[in-house]
Amino acid sequence: MTDTFRTVERPDTLTVETSEGAQELRQREFTANEELNREVGAVLRLDGRVLSSDSIDVERQDDETMIINMGPSHPSTHGVLRLMLELDGEVVLRTKSVIGYLHTGMEKTGEELSYVQGGTNVTRMDYLSPVNNEISYCLAVEKLLGIEVPERATWIRMMMGELNRISSHLVWMATNGMDLGSTSMMIYGLRERELVLAFFEKVAGLRLNLNYVRPGGVAADLPDGWHDDVQVICDTIEARTYEYDQLLTGQAIFRNRMEGVAPITAEEALALGVTGPLLRSTGVPWDLRRTMPYLAYDQVDFDVIVGTYGDNFDRYSIRLNEIRESVKIVRQCLDMMPRGDYRTQDSKVTPPPRARIDESMEALIHHFKLFTEGFHVPIGEVYSAIESPRGELGCYIVSDGGPKPYRIHVRAPSFVNLQAVPLLMRGGLMSDTITVISTVDPVMGEVDR
Amino acid sequence: MDSRRTGRRSIGHAEVINFPAALGTVASAPGLNADISYFPTREQYVAVVQACRDEGFEMCVDLCGVDYLTHPGRELPEGVVGERFEVVVNLLSLSQRRRVRIRVQANADRPEVDSLFSLYPGTEAMEREAFDLYGVLFTGHPDLSRILMPEDWEGHPLRKDYGLGRVPVQFKQTPGPR
Repeated sequence: MTDTFRTVERPDTLTVETSEGAQELRQREFTANEELNREVGAVLRLDGRVLSSDSIDVERQDDETMIINMGPSHPSTHGVLRLMLELDGEVVLRTKSVIGYLHTGMEKTGEELSYVQGGTNVTRMDYLSPVNNEISYCLAVEKLLGIEVPERATWIRMMMGELNRISSHLVWMATNGMDLGSTSMMIYGLRERELVLAFFEKVAGLRLNLNYVRPGGVAADLPDGWHDDVQVICDTIEARTYEYDQLLTGQAIFRNRMEGVAPITAEEALALGVTGPLLRSTGVPWDLRRTMPYLAYDQVDFDVIVGTYGDNFDRYSIRLNEIRESVKIVRQCLDMMPRGDYRTQDSKVTPPPRARIDESMEALIHHFKLFTEGFHVPIGEVYSAIESPRGELGCYIVSDGGPKPYRIHVRAPSFVNLQAVPLLMRGGLMSDTITVISTVDPVMGEVDR
Repeated sequence: MDSRRTGRRSIGHAEVINFPAALGTVASAPGLNADISYFPTREQYVAVVQACRDEGFEMCVDLCGVDYLTHPGRELPEGVVGERFEVVVNLLSLSQRRRVRIRVQANADRPEVDSLFSLYPGTEAMEREAFDLYGVLFTGHPDLSRILMPEDWEGHPLRKDYGLGRVPVQFKQTPGPR
């Protein structure tokens, strides 16, 4: 008789345990005291308020706690964020995020692409707000070049940026609702976002990674009938935000899960470099659109929404109200949109018009050079920052005088905001980790770049 | 165009920061953006950042590395000797609405600068990123491990002498350059 058990030999590659080594959360006895302090969320060791991990550790000994792993592929981590948590029963003691699972070397790629091509690269970083990435990049390049952008291009950029902020916050509303069990919010949020994306497709030909904002202006003028389209978007979304209010804001379960959960103070947020709705939820009225205006934000009327308690609910209401404020800005763009060129007439960065290419050899050569070699940018370095839906989105470019950036660094708001997670998680319940990740709103494409 | 249009109305102008006399002179250069760059030596670095923090720069928004291997002729103020690596720190003052940039040089053989972690805890991830991608060591950092690359990765990918990877494109006729 032969053996009746059927066995399959498992290949070694599938059974090898993955390890990120020192990047992971380790047992307390192997962790240096300073790092331990960081992981328990002791941020303000600065002002004489030195916290040791013992003094805030009111819980039990190490052998009764458990280190568990969450992610990288977990439906509520919004991408491939991996968290390692030290738990005492249901209570989170320490947190460490392990990132890099979506690292594609975009900053290295950016050094190999010309300034003309660079937009396609940066637009893929924060894939929920591509227009804001492009604006940040283009403002930096234009500052290095020292060129002025026509007023219509500025206003188009601002309008597209605000529409993008609406769509980004709508995705946040949707996923946040989903994380808390409100499936209908998921559907509503994505439904409304579709309106904006359909308009993007009309304007730029693409729904997500537009590459619409280019150095020197925008890729194309707004299409016929854009006025009516935007009007419909504004009316619909504004009305729908009040439906979200009915659905979520007053709902008892939702409020219980959001109110008072995971608070952060202004001091802590500033020390960690946290920006965007997270910082504003602590009551700091810091919005680059208002405090350091770029584009034409100093000519439109809008409110900077701030919270009081710095908890989840504040972050929710800030984002919901920012949708309304963005609608307000878009409406003003509708009324005040100037006429004129949608890109600069500086022939250094703008290709000649199509008709000229047919009749002029020089125009053909110029066009060819611009799209093969690209334009040269003077030596220098610049940092320019804008307010993206997630916070300060900075772009640091070093130019060596060539047609490609020597160094392009993107200061990604999610990457920095993620550092607040250990602090927010500390002492909270395991089930609240989901809401904390959600309200921090990291976009992993931008975190890992 | 009036100042309202250009949007520069409420941005503070580059004002020189008064560093403590014990520091000696700190080289500086104006930037493109109405912000000012300081070039402290490695010894002055933390003290200069500390002085800026005392001056009201509440937030360290950005810290990144740059490898100047193939671009040695960059513009530097008098007295600053450019080295291969540079750590660029962008500080932001919310109360005065202005920015300042601090650029510190790091040696090619053993790039090592002090960590800002004790001044701005928010630099933790950024310094890890600079270490990961450039191999700049930060003395005093609590947990200087790689952050974006896997732990067993060899080399620091954003260095200029680190080759670009390539995935050959599968066209039938022309094998791509390897």
